[in-house]
Amino acid sequence: MEEMSFEQAMKNLEQIAQELESGNLNLEESLAKFEEGMQLSKKCNEILENAEKKITILLEKEGKLEEENFVLNNNENQD
Amino acid sequence: MKYQPITVSELNTYIKGKIEEDAFLEQVLVKGEISNFKHHYTGHMYFTLKDENCLIKCVMFKTYTNTLNFVPKDGAKVMVLGKVSVFERDGVYQIYVRAMQQEGIGDLYAEYEKLKARLEQEGLFAQEHKKKIPLVPKCIGVLTSNTGAVIRDIINVATRRNPNVYIKLLPVPVQGTGAAQKIVAGIQTMNEQQLADVIILARGGGSLEDLWPFNEEIVARAIYASKIPIISAVGHETDFTIADFVADLRAPTPSAAAELAVPNVAEMKQKIAIQNNRCKQALKKELQYMQLRYEKCMSSKCFQAPLQKINEYRMILDMHVKQIENSIQKSWQQAKTEMLKNITRLDALSPLKTLTRGYAIVQTKQNEVIKSVKQLKTGEEVQLLLEDGKKNAKIL
Repeated sequence: MEEMSFEQAMKNLEQIAQELESGNLNLEESLAKFEEGMQLSKKCNEILENAEKKITILLEKEGKLEEENFVLNNNENQD
Repeated sequence: MKYQPITVSELNTYIKGKIEEDAFLEQVLVKGEISNFKHHYTGHMYFTLKDENCLIKCVMFKTYTNTLNFVPKDGAKVMVLGKVSVFERDGVYQIYVRAMQQEGIGDLYAEYEKLKARLEQEGLFAQEHKKKIPLVPKCIGVLTSNTGAVIRDIINVATRRNPNVYIKLLPVPVQGTGAAQKIVAGIQTMNEQQLADVIILARGGGSLEDLWPFNEEIVARAIYASKIPIISAVGHETDFTIADFVADLRAPTPSAAAELAVPNVAEMKQKIAIQNNRCKQALKKELQYMQLRYEKCMSSKCFQAPLQKINEYRMILDMHVKQIENSIQKSWQQAKTEMLKNITRLDALSPLKTLTRGYAIVQTKQNEVIKSVKQLKTGEEVQLLLEDGKKNAKIL
């Protein structure tokens, strides 16, 4: 579950919602699917929330790329 | 002598009429350099066209500007096609431009078309080869100049959509000699070091020459070879570079590229919430249904009065037991009556009965009944059996 992409998690979540809505599951299966669905939606939210704002610039220094914070110069002319 | 002056308007109208009569001025093709270029907010373009010595005013109305394949600017060498007429209000004659092309563009354009056809033939633009842009990329690599509006637009749009966006800018020159090589190196570095999940390759608007690095074959091949999906946003919406055709996704502007690369977190969260809710509702419905089924079951007679049936059976059982008891009683009674009858009969036949009338039975000591005197010897002891007991006797 750790390596699942947002797309995959979202797709699985949609599928589970559909399966639950179909009403073809017995109660045990429904509960298991529901549990899985809740975890997937948690996972999706986590993927969205766990990022931290970072805007960096990669600069070559002595043949190596170094990542530095990039600050926009707002005085620049619009073109 | 009486002066008969005409008005300025009359004069200008007259001049306008004269000029418009002229067949040559109806359609002229003029080359020159643009200066004093103004793109009015109404969409019309105002500029002057000049050479070393002279200049003429030009206007290009909005209706015609959308046919332009470049963005006119001061200093651009161009060829314009239009008619010469007079703007009466200002008393100026000017070219009403219907079409405009960059001069010297012919060669570059031909080269562009040739390369485009060749690469297309080779399959570099094939839809099957296009990689999917991840819905929520962890990191967005941007290849563009580190100055100017492009990176600013991208950062602004990206942070608006996702306040926690991670953008890595790899600055590259986007015009001039060597730019193509730097762009290629940038794409390769991004790939080799796995620096991003999606790349935006962007550049602001410019002339065909300015955009040329994005029409170079090495750039096209680097884009094609990239394992990381690339969104191109080169020039304005109307500019199509080779890079745009090879890229996995073409955005009309850098801002649009940021929109395509960065998910709108609020929208995404809403989508998740919708799915989450679907699950909850479905389960709730399921549970309600179960509850209903349960209640229906419980309302059935067997659960409402569970002992009723048992009691019925118990009653039936009691009845059977009673019947059995009765029949046993009856047959026992019958047997008893029968027995009593037999006993009475037996009694009637019993010798003991005879004894009551005064008879006696003679027995030996061994309880043998003596039926003849021959069996008896003198002096022998015998037993006399009478009604009320036994007594010994001796034969004389």
